[in-house]
Amino acid sequence: MADHRLFVRDLTVAYRRVPAIHHVGLEIACGHCVGLLGPNGAGKTSFLKALVGLLPLETGSVELHGHPGKAGRNAIAYLPQRRQVDWDFPITVRGLVEMGRYQALGPWRRFGEQDRRAVEHSLAEMELANLSERQISALSGGQQQRAFLARSLAQEAHVFLLDEPFTGLDRPSQQVLVQIIHKLASSGHLVIASHHDLKSVPDLFDEVIFLNGELIAYGPTATVFNKQNVERTFGTPPFAGEGSRHGW
Amino acid sequence: MDGSAVLLEPFRHDFMQRAFLGCVLIGFTNGALSTFIVLRRLALMADAMAHSLLPGLALALILFGVAPVSLFFGALVAALLVALGTQLISGSSRIKEDTSLGLLFACSFSLGLVMLNFAPVRVDVTHYLFGNILGLSDADLWTTHLISIISVPTLVALRRPLLLMMFDPSVAASQGVPVAGLRYFLMGILVLSMISSLQAVGVVLALGMLIAPAATLYLLTDSFTVIFWAAGFLGAFGSCLGLWFSYLFNLPSGACIVLVLGCFFLLAYLMSPRYGLITKLLRRRHLHEESLARWRRPAETRQGSEGNQA
Repeated sequence: MADHRLFVRDLTVAYRRVPAIHHVGLEIACGHCVGLLGPNGAGKTSFLKALVGLLPLETGSVELHGHPGKAGRNAIAYLPQRRQVDWDFPITVRGLVEMGRYQALGPWRRFGEQDRRAVEHSLAEMELANLSERQISALSGGQQQRAFLARSLAQEAHVFLLDEPFTGLDRPSQQVLVQIIHKLASSGHLVIASHHDLKSVPDLFDEVIFLNGELIAYGPTATVFNKQNVERTFGTPPFAGEGSRHGW
Repeated sequence: MDGSAVLLEPFRHDFMQRAFLGCVLIGFTNGALSTFIVLRRLALMADAMAHSLLPGLALALILFGVAPVSLFFGALVAALLVALGTQLISGSSRIKEDTSLGLLFACSFSLGLVMLNFAPVRVDVTHYLFGNILGLSDADLWTTHLISIISVPTLVALRRPLLLMMFDPSVAASQGVPVAGLRYFLMGILVLSMISSLQAVGVVLALGMLIAPAATLYLLTDSFTVIFWAAGFLGAFGSCLGLWFSYLFNLPSGACIVLVLGCFFLLAYLMSPRYGLITKLLRRRHLHEESLARWRRPAETRQGSEGNQA
């Protein structure tokens, strides 16, 4: 499909006129697992939130499959960082996944057979079927990530934006999560995950975005993930991309 | 007098029947609403708002006399001013939200006290704080009826978006939930139920009813729906029980109700099967119960591909 892609054009996001990301332009084909790399304060979270419409855009636009604005955004799911979630909230894994049906149901429509099937399917895909009645704080870190992925699957999202999904996971749960997001990507979904542990990048992602206030580089991991780009991204303060040549 | 006679004795009085009816209505409405206060962490906000209603009530009293409608709008305006003022101060200076809320609420309450001096009728501040559930008038009962009929069904009708909004406002917004609108709606319902409670039971009791039931249930269950309904019933039941105690032992009714609700909370805090303090101490302690279970049962029972790493 020609326009089976996420098209980001000239994206600028600012907090009270102070830009967090600056004129970012990208074209990402679906079916990939993309790592979003950059130091703290590089605007990774802002970038993800802007894609799903949680932050107002100063300039630019986001298109999915050729649909701009809200029509495209409905197929984009944002998964917050784990420490931003209130894990004591009285809700089970199933309840969390059922929340994903909100777009399909709206506030009042009855939760029907189709919705039930979507929820079961999402739970099974994320290997959570036997944990579905647990309260969400009684899950391990990796299971919590999968629960949120299941919610996005139930939402019938096409693009999954994950904010630091691997932070604080032990190796086994990290591997389970990697398998799962690769499964999502190979079935045509697009997964973009912010990440800061550079060592693991080649194992996790087949494409990477280097972001440091502005776009430093984007491309397949094999070609773009090199020392030069890492230094340009992590060795300079945000927005110092060009200035860094002048002996910062 | 045998046991059942003692039990039913209070109901022989007309004023007690009214008081019990008021307790059921206010207790249930506030109890159900407390679910949202507790989960949305609005307890401090509710406290501040309840106290800052005073100048609005005083102004309405001075301008229009004692009428439920004017009192309602007076209170609504005062609550909105405090809520907006809080946002304004914290948004436009380095003062944080809790500081500005606390400051405005103290000033607002004091302003109310000063204004009450100019009211045409003498108003007792103790009445504002504790109300008088034994002196409910017909108009009071109708107001509480009406407010219960408005607030409980709308909360039930909007429970799905409200749940999403409370769990994670930003993700809810990305799913198309009108987060800001729901926030104002909750505030509106909160003010409504406070008006309903103020006449009857006063600020302190209203707050007790608006926090204690859901706080209790929050320690007992992990289901939002159960918390909502059970908090309503606990609010109603606890209020009636408190009222009955107060009649039996000739104690102040409002204080008795709050204390009974507080006792329920204490029981749950100590004895809740899952989250109780004593229960936790009695349970065999392991830092990671799951790892213990895994260690006891070999890898094949473990879930999914995580088993490979055992």
